[in-house]
Amino acid sequence: MSDPDHPSSDVDRNAPAGLAIDVVLFAVGLMMLLPLVFLISNAFKTPPELLAWPPTIIPDRPTLENILGVLHETPLLHWIGNTLIFAGISTASVVTTSAIAGYVLGKFDLPWFPAVFGIIIATSVVPFEVYMIPLYLNVQAAGMLNTLPGLLVGYLVMSFGIFLVRQYVTTSIPDELLEAARVDGAGEGWIFLRIVLPLMRGPLGALAVLAFFQAWTAFAWPLVVTTNKDTYTLEVGLALFQTGFTVDIGHLSAAAALALVPSALFFSLMRRNFVRGVAGTGLKE
Amino acid sequence: MRSKPKWLFPVLALLPVLGLYACLRIYPIAETLRLSLFKWNIISRRKPFVGLDNFVELMSDPLFLEAIFNTTIVAFGVLVITIPVGLALAALINGRQGLRRSGFYETSIFLPHVVSLVPAAMAWKWIFDARLGPLNALIGWFGIPAQAWLFDPALSLVCLIVLCSWQSIGYAVLIFLVGLKNVPEALYEAARLDGASALQAFRYVAIPLLRPVMLYVSVITLISSYNIYAQAFVLASDVQGAPGHLVRVLVLDMLENSFRNYRVGYAAAEAVVLLVIVLVLTGAQFRLFRDRSRA
Repeated sequence: MSDPDHPSSDVDRNAPAGLAIDVVLFAVGLMMLLPLVFLISNAFKTPPELLAWPPTIIPDRPTLENILGVLHETPLLHWIGNTLIFAGISTASVVTTSAIAGYVLGKFDLPWFPAVFGIIIATSVVPFEVYMIPLYLNVQAAGMLNTLPGLLVGYLVMSFGIFLVRQYVTTSIPDELLEAARVDGAGEGWIFLRIVLPLMRGPLGALAVLAFFQAWTAFAWPLVVTTNKDTYTLEVGLALFQTGFTVDIGHLSAAAALALVPSALFFSLMRRNFVRGVAGTGLKE
Repeated sequence: MRSKPKWLFPVLALLPVLGLYACLRIYPIAETLRLSLFKWNIISRRKPFVGLDNFVELMSDPLFLEAIFNTTIVAFGVLVITIPVGLALAALINGRQGLRRSGFYETSIFLPHVVSLVPAAMAWKWIFDARLGPLNALIGWFGIPAQAWLFDPALSLVCLIVLCSWQSIGYAVLIFLVGLKNVPEALYEAARLDGASALQAFRYVAIPLLRPVMLYVSVITLISSYNIYAQAFVLASDVQGAPGHLVRVLVLDMLENSFRNYRVGYAAAEAVVLLVIVLVLTGAQFRLFRDRSRA
């Protein structure tokens, strides 16, 4: 394992090569960000400036007209609210169910538990789009179209979360710790809540960020279960808003930027958690 | 008091989660498989069993074939861009690990992978826009005539590939970085002593060790590209009254059959085809892994 705190020595030895690498990486980083930067900058441009070539990155005469116009034309803030509630509950549910199931499957060995774990992991191979239609028919039959529960149905559990917690529990929480508590007369529920849960803060934090993003960026499912403007999530509202005939690029960019900035900011704040969670998906043996 | 059986807690704790799985995962998956064998439009009461007829019809349905074709082109297009570019970037970033600026590199390359799909696709839609977009203005500088990026059937596929690659590269870089960190420093050291250049060391030391990671990233990239929908939806929808060319992808065709044509059984058969593709890819990955560990 290389130590990330000490750059390997040849970097210092080959300063010019290092500089060249930095230049390349810096350019690539900027290029990756450029579409998003343009989007945000377009949100503040006046119609003539939107047509200017080369496109400006910092608007000459920044205007709030686009943003105010969009907030006036669409219930964008309402959609953001819908999405926050949806993503928040989804995250709570994913974290709770993963913590419980991951712990139980990792620390208790009933003969049928490996099979249960196998089935849970097997379902994770199946893309959501494959079973979306029957799920939709059920939600429809239950009269839950255009409701929060209907929206949540697709996002209450996450197989990867159970996998992550089970992995952590088996490798990082010693059996002796649990046994000691049992000998002292602690109940199983108490052990889970007071001993295990606090120890799992790291992986659960990573999972929470992952679950939140999954719900925040959900598209196909919210698109089919919500059919009126009041219940749209942000992604759906935005996607349908941009199909309108009369909207101009300034307004579109403003709406998109308003949707984009919170998720980008949240990611920047939670980067470490997020990277840990996503990298975990690559660490399966 | 001591009589509580040992299995009581785990079983009671697990039951609600299992209940959710049964209702929200296992039942609908089974139902998809079952519906694919029936001819059923939502409105009619009759739901006759037709065996494999839906699948037979799919094989000569021009729209479905177009969808499979497009989706496959996009998936492999994204793959051939994502893996080499991702690997190269990860190798470069790995050498700068621990420096302040490596945080910027990782964040900027990874950000497109996490930001919301719809706004990101809208940003690219503006870039590709034939009249207003900077791409045409840019190529105009080099004397290349303006292209109808989102209207031409072939070019709109290219646009979709560019957009999806832009999103997937960050994930590939992240996983490759994890893999590169696990390559023992001593191996590079040894290669260097033998007179290998940095590039040779990477080619002959890191790449062979990274092969399982590359395989994993390839499969994940292919699977997620077979599931694309939002990107195609956004790129194709009207731009100021002018609808772009619709790149028919698998999920889009399936949803159209189900929700516009009300052919639920037929759409379920398409879902099964998607499932089979994903299972074949996953199975291939496992097989290759096993062969490698045995060899």
